Amino acid sequence: MTSALLYVLAGALLCGGGLAGCLLVRHLLRRLLAFNLLGSGVFLLLVGLPAHRHGSDPVTHALVLTGIVVAVAATALALVLIRRYFHLTGRVSLPTGRQEDR
Amino acid sequence: MIERARQALLGAACLLFTVCLLWAVRHLVALPAEQQALSVLLSRWLPDSGVSHPVTAVLLNFRSYDTLLEIGVLVIAGMVGISLARTSALEDPAMRSADPLLHALLRLFLPLLVLLAGWLLWAGSSRPGGAFQAGALLAAAGVLGRLAGLPMAFLRPGTLLRAGLVLGFSVFLLIALLGALDGRAFLAYPPGLAGALILVIEAGLSLSIGMILLALFVSAPVAPEEDADGGPPA
Repeated sequence: MTSALLYVLAGALLCGGGLAGCLLVRHLLRRLLAFNLLGSGVFLLLVGLPAHRHGSDPVTHALVLTGIVVAVAATALALVLIRRYFHLTGRVSLPTGRQEDR
Repeated sequence: MIERARQALLGAACLLFTVCLLWAVRHLVALPAEQQALSVLLSRWLPDSGVSHPVTAVLLNFRSYDTLLEIGVLVIAGMVGISLARTSALEDPAMRSADPLLHALLRLFLPLLVLLAGWLLWAGSSRPGGAFQAGALLAAAGVLGRLAGLPMAFLRPGTLLRAGLVLGFSVFLLIALLGALDGRAFLAYPPGLAGALILVIEAGLSLSIGMILLALFVSAPVAPEEDADGGPPA
């Protein structure tokens, strides 16, 4: 049991939790947070697995660094879009199609 | 009722996914460590990459295509964010703080942040650091200045903003194309110049990334008058 293995396990749990949040939560901001959790879990897996097996791997480090920057930009863009959506419609969640809850 | 059943089913599926993932992790961890072809290749070619830090070498030399596309994604995100914002939001007086403590701290922090960003940019060639960390620091300096209400005319839609947004991407693309026109591959650096070109690209990337993140931050708040006409009923 190394600390890297701990990161890997935490990453797997974050992936599961993030996926559940994405699917089950309706509020758009919370869904965005859950999506980021899922992404962080993937990053932890990508960095933790090589670190546990044979020391840190610069290739996956670079991959994760690229991923983090894209994730930050995408999150900011999603926030702007959610904000705009709220101001146009007054909703905080997407309509489900079955039930019109407004 | 159907809604509850659907949610329970989704929750069970997520649980199953997590268990499968943990099982796969356990399986991967138990595998014997094999010869790491990628790491061996990387350490063999590292001296030719122009930088001595392996992560920077991967980002800006061996897999620079990824980085080029990444800054492209960032530019698009920044443009969409700006196009969704109202121009008046840039001058939102509610965002301004008259806190004297913030102003005093800002006088101390702004030069320090800019200096640190420059150092990170320079350090990226030999140790952890690089364009993205430097760009994030520049953006943080911009956010602090914005919160304190410093005049930031360059964030208004105009030539300066456009130039700042695409600077990193265009410098990167230009160097990549010059390599192709010169008879080498797309994105291949001329031998001996790789280190200097990587520094030039990284400087452009830092400025653009800082600008894009700051522009996205600025375009998030909505001016109060927008509540009056197009906002939702309270």
